[in-house]
Amino acid sequence: MRAVVTVTGTDRRGIIAKVSGFLYERNINIEDISQTILGEQFAMIMMVDTSEANVNFVELAASLEEMGKGIGMSVRIQHEDIFNAMHNI
Amino acid sequence: MFSKFDVIETIEMVEKEHLDIRTVTMGISLLSCIRGSAEETAASVYDRVMTKAEKLVPTAEELSLEYGIPIVNKRVSVTPVSLITAAFPQKSALVGKALDKAAKELGIDFLGGYSALVQKGTADYEEVFLKSIPEVLSSTERLCSSVNVGSTRSGINMDAVRTMGQIFLDTAYLTRDNDSLGCAKLVVFCNAVEDNPFMAGAFHGTGEADTVINVGISGPGVVQHALKFVPDADLTDAAETIKRTAFKITRAGQLIAREASKRLNARFGIVDLSLAPTPARGDSVAHILEELGLEVVGCHGTTAALAMLNDAVKKGGVMASSRVGGLSGAFIPVSEDIGMIESAQAGKISLDKLEAMTCVCSVGLDMIAIPGDTPASTISAIIADEAAIGMINNKTTAVRVIPAYGKKVGEEVSFGGLLGRAPVMPVHTGSAEKFVSRGGLIPAPIHSFKN
Repeated sequence: MRAVVTVTGTDRRGIIAKVSGFLYERNINIEDISQTILGEQFAMIMMVDTSEANVNFVELAASLEEMGKGIGMSVRIQHEDIFNAMHNI
Repeated sequence: MFSKFDVIETIEMVEKEHLDIRTVTMGISLLSCIRGSAEETAASVYDRVMTKAEKLVPTAEELSLEYGIPIVNKRVSVTPVSLITAAFPQKSALVGKALDKAAKELGIDFLGGYSALVQKGTADYEEVFLKSIPEVLSSTERLCSSVNVGSTRSGINMDAVRTMGQIFLDTAYLTRDNDSLGCAKLVVFCNAVEDNPFMAGAFHGTGEADTVINVGISGPGVVQHALKFVPDADLTDAAETIKRTAFKITRAGQLIAREASKRLNARFGIVDLSLAPTPARGDSVAHILEELGLEVVGCHGTTAALAMLNDAVKKGGVMASSRVGGLSGAFIPVSEDIGMIESAQAGKISLDKLEAMTCVCSVGLDMIAIPGDTPASTISAIIADEAAIGMINNKTTAVRVIPAYGKKVGEEVSFGGLLGRAPVMPVHTGSAEKFVSRGGLIPAPIHSFKN
């Protein structure tokens, strides 16, 4: 399934490397990346494909959040349908 | 496709503006559980809820993680218990306690349906059932009770209204050690709906399918936040902003309802579009009204602002969901809304203003603490007034008041959690004893004759 990974927090070096490495290890393909500045916060948004992931989604969500804490960022993964539902008619 | 700004907006709604799904409620029919004795029926009811709702909590938690949106409550509603225990009403409590036990074991927050529908008349077994409510609510934890005493089609059953005044007092007395908490789990309706996912008034109507999923959305904080971006808009544009926001909130609810029903092998019932506040700051319906330009909720203009809010929420929500139902509007509980609590504490909102507000919002007088020495006939009269508003205006109205045992105006009841706290508010002291004691049926209004 396609999901959206968002990373928010204070900008610092190595964020993309860290997150993409984490996803690579779990066999998750990154399809698109964009970044933006939200107030004084850094926000990175990744479209990913988890259909060949080697962990289940619930574990993935928990471990991503944990990894985020380790680098001082808020990291979450959500099924893309929540955004499709809320922002498309 | 969605943009990165859409992604950020959704995340901010959840993290900063308290967007959540307020409840995923599974409606379960108990009609197949009726047996020859109360004991057997209670056992069958327990088994059925344990089987049907076994996966409700884990599924809701899974959905919450997957979609990144909190699901606050996992609830169950059942067929009105008075129908299940009609052959042995004096033992209705056995079924109530079996339901409460199942709810506890499954981790369900509240289970609704210890209910009776007596809008046109109270059968003998229902009379016995109603009298069991105080004891059952004081000896259970998660069970909720509701009684429908009127409807536009049938009029108002004033005998039941009279009974319910005393039931509130008895429940308050039996739960006096917890600020009369039992009354927070009891609601009296006019025009009750059969698919309401919210408590205390949820029950599974007999016209419903066997097992359904009804979802209650939330989001007062999101609406208030959206209005902050249009501080100088006229009310037409403000209503448009509310509509657009309600659309997005409801779409989240629709998605969760669809997925939950698929995974739980139940029918998708409805999405209830109600804006449900919590005592948390930033999650208040009262503060939306103040954002629209009222100095404090309860001042003149409050009814108009609430009418506009309620209507705009419906218009946005109806567009967003294939199945809308339940109560669908704005809730105005006192104890569960920080803006309402503060206004009541400051004496800026009265019971009379709240009553006026119930003419244009989705429910009624909700979570209002009144003096513990309020006569039963006065509580019955409050119920009758609300029921009359519902009956004449073709809408659901309700009364969930807490006659706080041993407490007077100026004191406070505190329940904690989502039930919040409320200052004891004054009621009118003139007596309605004679009016209430007449009993009988207030006839259905002329506009109910539509065939």
